[in-house]
Amino acid sequence: MKTIVKSGILAAAAVALSASLVLPAAARDLTVVSWGGNYQDAQRNIYFKPFSEKIGKPVLDEAWDGGIGVIQSKVKAGAPNWDAVQVEAEELALGCADGLYEKIDWDKMGGKDKFLDSAVNDCGVGAIVWSTAIAYDGDKLAEGPKSWADFWNVEKFPGKRSLRKGPKYTLEFALLADGVSKDELYDVLSTEEGVERAFKKLDELKPNIVWWESGAQPIQFLASGEVAMTSAYNGRITGINRSEGKNFKVVFPGSIYAVDSWVVLKDAENKDVAQDFIAFASLPENQAKLPESVAYGLPNKEAAAMVPADLAKDLPTDPANLPEAIALNVDFWIDNAESLTQRFNAWLAQ
Amino acid sequence: MSGSSSRMGRSLLLLAPLFLFLMGFFVWPLFSMMSQAVSDPAVLRLLPRTAEIMGDWDRESPPSMPMQTALMEDLKAVDDDQALGDMVRRLNSARSGFRTLMSKTTSALGDAASPPPDLVSIDKRWEKPEFWIAIADALSPLTDRNLLAAVDLGRNSAGAIEHLPADQSVNRVILVRTFWIAALVTFFCACIGFPYAIIAASLTGWKRDLMLAAVLLPLWTSLLVRTAAWFILLQEQGLINDFLRAIGLIDAPLALIFNRTGVIIAMTHVLLPFMVLPIYSVLITIPKNLMPAAASLGAPPIRAFLRVLLPLSLRGVASGGLLVFISAIGYYITPALIGGPGDQMISSIIAFYATGSANWGMAGALGMVLLVATLLLYSVYARLSSDEPGRR
Repeated sequence: MKTIVKSGILAAAAVALSASLVLPAAARDLTVVSWGGNYQDAQRNIYFKPFSEKIGKPVLDEAWDGGIGVIQSKVKAGAPNWDAVQVEAEELALGCADGLYEKIDWDKMGGKDKFLDSAVNDCGVGAIVWSTAIAYDGDKLAEGPKSWADFWNVEKFPGKRSLRKGPKYTLEFALLADGVSKDELYDVLSTEEGVERAFKKLDELKPNIVWWESGAQPIQFLASGEVAMTSAYNGRITGINRSEGKNFKVVFPGSIYAVDSWVVLKDAENKDVAQDFIAFASLPENQAKLPESVAYGLPNKEAAAMVPADLAKDLPTDPANLPEAIALNVDFWIDNAESLTQRFNAWLAQ
Repeated sequence: MSGSSSRMGRSLLLLAPLFLFLMGFFVWPLFSMMSQAVSDPAVLRLLPRTAEIMGDWDRESPPSMPMQTALMEDLKAVDDDQALGDMVRRLNSARSGFRTLMSKTTSALGDAASPPPDLVSIDKRWEKPEFWIAIADALSPLTDRNLLAAVDLGRNSAGAIEHLPADQSVNRVILVRTFWIAALVTFFCACIGFPYAIIAASLTGWKRDLMLAAVLLPLWTSLLVRTAAWFILLQEQGLINDFLRAIGLIDAPLALIFNRTGVIIAMTHVLLPFMVLPIYSVLITIPKNLMPAAASLGAPPIRAFLRVLLPLSLRGVASGGLLVFISAIGYYITPALIGGPGDQMISSIIAFYATGSANWGMAGALGMVLLVATLLLYSVYARLSSDEPGRR
């Protein structure tokens, strides 16, 4: 009997020892998480590396594909292994309401009035203004589509189309193609008839749609000629034009723009340094370098003013591009994302 | 006595890591996933006063003043943002609109200068019984809501189980599709894998090594890389279509991608090693002289195969088939990248609930349905493949 107890203690000791070998005792370096691809490459050069030199410590960076469930599981498990994360507007709203983020120290950021209104939040600081828009290959289509109605017109513009798999954006675009004006868009979509109407319009195009899930896919489809036109993130289109000499065009009228924000995860190990990092990435002189690599709009007003005119014309925030574009209605989607996704999946499976 | 107990102690010690590992990484996660699917404490925990008063409500009339006051008191007493978030997510999942309704309500209640008299004055939506029904339905600590929804069922306002409307019913179709795709992939893997294993087992030396390496090398390559490679091969302007057009076999490109064909091709390739290796390991234990013996007794090759080699190697085919089938059920990346909208499997729905909407109850319920279905199939398999003489 005694030996059993003894070996039990030994076993416990062995487990404790192996656990201490597995779990690193050393402090984790600041970990910043963004959306990967050529966008994160640019961020690494203008934010991560210079900040690492400034504080004299390494900065780790990881990529993710969004999803409030990812953030929630990290925070609820305690001691999240990410510090600063770039999130979409709904994740900002949901996570802030659910207490998943630290409150932002706005004095550190230089004050709220330095930023666009839509970039200011208790839990987040705007990082970019980005658009989802029609993109097509200017070398293959000399006279390209001008609107979502053109996107739906497979007789005038033969070939497959690509859209992001999910109800967000897709339902909006369908209603725009069906002739709903941009000012009434979300009023129509908030009604049962509006949702019906959007799905009915999607039925027309369904046989010609190839669905994409990650932001790199539509670019690949365009490049390979798999589709004639697609919805895409505007920054990636301009990025591929510059890095690979493509002639892809972005159609800003009818595009939907939204703000991505930096947040700090609740009780993250490096939460103070993470706020310093966000302040660093929000400095006008640093932020103004971003459009050289990717064409996303800048939420810091001073930074936006510093962008040279030839780069500014590709940004969603440019005065020429903004008037015909639509702001994403975040409240609509935090209420309806789950039920509409369910419906969208049922529609896809039909 | 002391000798045997010390031996037992030592064997327990040796087993402890395995036992702890199984508990920590298998039993506990499985249990917590299943309990997520049926436990539903998020609302009841925060709204005790409301729960008490709502027991008398008839579910039709507009909310009474005591109900509104009780809910306001409950909401004012909440000081844990994350618990509030859990509650709002649960309610919004039952009734879209709770997200904005609750954030408007809590911020109005927090306004100490001009406290609102009742909830309806904060937002008109509080007049509607639908929102109160959603609360009333969430006040029991255990629920079958997720499990029912996982198989496209729900309770109507009277509490009876009925089918969900067609525009919300997708899970059953996708579950059946998942099993069908997995079965097709298993069939094609067996069609290719069995002859392959027979040839590999009949060879010797470098030829056998080469054939095994051809199976093993892809196994060591990332799943994502292999799937992306199939994308390049199968697409409209891809290598296969270009080649077939160059030799004049086809005029228009074949539709090989974004449909079932592409998914089956890619998944069969990815899962083939799991079929070949078990069959091969059974085949090399079969004495080589059995087939010549059958031939010398006058059996033509087909008969010798059917009566001698096939029965002896069936065990390998069965375990390979099981491995392939069970792996295929959980596939996610390959259908997402190669398949069309009609080829998505249940994992993509589970992933949406787990990461996209943080509705872990639904994710758990769908996982549970998948687990139960798989265990049922496994028990059928175990019966069929059992070689105890009594069972035959």
